[in-house]
Amino acid sequence: MMDVTDEIAPKIEKEEKQYSYLNLGPTHPATHGIFQNVLKMDGEVIVDSEPTIGYIHRAFEKLAEHRPYNQITPITDRMNYCSSPLNNIGWHMAVEKLLDVEIPKRVQYLRVIIMELARISDHIICNTVIGVDTGAATGYFYVFQQREKIYEIYEEICGARLTTNIDRIGGFERDFSPKVWEKINTFLVEFPVVLKELENLLSRNRIFMDRTIGCGGISAERALNYSFSGPNLRAAGIDYDVRVMNPYSSYEDFDFVIPVGKNGDVYDRFMVRNEEMWQSLSIIKQAIKKLPKGPFHANVPEFYLPPKEAVYNNMEALIYHFKIVMGESDIPKGEIYHCIEGGNGELGFYLISDGGRTPFRLHLRRPCFIYYQAYPEIIQGSMLSDAILTMSSMNVIAGELDA
Amino acid sequence: MMEAAAQEKILSAINDKFEGEVIEAGMIKDFFTIILKKEKIVEVISLLYHHEETKFQYLTTLCGIHYPDQNQIAVMYQLHNLSTNQRIRLKIFLPAEKPEVNTLTPVFSAANWPERETYDFFGVIFEGHPNLKRILNVEDMLIFPLRKEYPLEDQTREDKNDLMFGR
Repeated sequence: MMDVTDEIAPKIEKEEKQYSYLNLGPTHPATHGIFQNVLKMDGEVIVDSEPTIGYIHRAFEKLAEHRPYNQITPITDRMNYCSSPLNNIGWHMAVEKLLDVEIPKRVQYLRVIIMELARISDHIICNTVIGVDTGAATGYFYVFQQREKIYEIYEEICGARLTTNIDRIGGFERDFSPKVWEKINTFLVEFPVVLKELENLLSRNRIFMDRTIGCGGISAERALNYSFSGPNLRAAGIDYDVRVMNPYSSYEDFDFVIPVGKNGDVYDRFMVRNEEMWQSLSIIKQAIKKLPKGPFHANVPEFYLPPKEAVYNNMEALIYHFKIVMGESDIPKGEIYHCIEGGNGELGFYLISDGGRTPFRLHLRRPCFIYYQAYPEIIQGSMLSDAILTMSSMNVIAGELDA
Repeated sequence: MMEAAAQEKILSAINDKFEGEVIEAGMIKDFFTIILKKEKIVEVISLLYHHEETKFQYLTTLCGIHYPDQNQIAVMYQLHNLSTNQRIRLKIFLPAEKPEVNTLTPVFSAANWPERETYDFFGVIFEGHPNLKRILNVEDMLIFPLRKEYPLEDQTREDKNDLMFGR
């Protein structure tokens, strides 16, 4: 009688090498988002990979062609939802560039404060998740408390926490209340202590360093060719930061350092983000110190909602209110590109207006989408567990990736 | 804002090698924009990449634009020189029935996914692209949704009742 195992055993040709295929994602907890990667594996080593994206594609560019300008803000929220104020403010600045509006200094400074808070909240996620993926979950829960504090600040300003819809075309919907300043000041006192502890936990930790140094690296040359931007590019050693290169919203008034790495690996990305949080804290402190007095919004009655009492008592205000709510404000024709330094890099808005109520074309330059295409090249030849660590250190956010 | 001298330098760099490729050039808001013929676009970008005077070695973004009135699809490339901080925009126009252009992937690896995206949404065929298939939409989609003739929502949908509120 024939041995059963002979029949079910796969017939392997001696010479030919066999690869196994692994589906990483789309809903694997380790991918921190909805990405699928089909990995071709030789044992535990990745030979080749094929990312599939688009699982949460919501056609923002098409939607934007059917929405008045002020109604596009909630769409931008949902791009990089870890730092939605950056997207909101970036979009508003793009529209203001099209309208040629002069924004009061105070608004610019308030925006800087909010944007830097958002950057901190974005970097907190990335850095603590690197910790989780290397087995240090403590830092994650401890530092996330501070993220909660940032959400409370947003909440105090605009009423929302995750998808903020903060800011308006022209400025803020209301001035910051004393409660906001109180919360920001508490945050500025409490957060450095927590951040220092995260830094102490990981940055000189032998286990963490052994695990991350040399893992998921990319050379500066390849990173540039792949159009990396933000912390990932800076980790590879190139000091490109939109805040310094093309200062917007008065960033030229502040004194800060652009941290750069050397090897572009997970450790360098961690350290760059870590240092950027310190720099953001310093920028916020400078902005509060130098904060000028003045109005909290620019004079753009066609786009900035008038106060409710004025709507009831004043004809012009009523007309503007109606026009804004119905999305019928006149907008000049034009073609602009505005970019800001988002949490992950250069977040760009390429906007063409034909003078109609909606944009003729809005193209969003999402940093994640551009640099995630380098992922197969980075993980080629590395271990499976390194691939997961590389993905979390690149901070790929599904919402921004798929738009 | 780019000075006139710098603009002149870029234009002469292109004109020296590729006579007659530039259709139009000028400032649009704060951006220097050059409209080119589509045949040699990759060679021109490659020249701007390697040329000593220009060195545009960073591809910021790439996207399509549909102009239904002219029945044309434009492809826009934005390049950036990180050392001098100059940005330029290059534009080419393709006929909407048969939009075909060479791929930029040999010059910039970063052009890979944006080109797939442009194919996905506008149907622009990038010849020589290593993996030109849909990227964000489902693979069996038949239309190119960002073209202006397609409405926001699929008009054949039957699962939504619009008796009361409309679409």
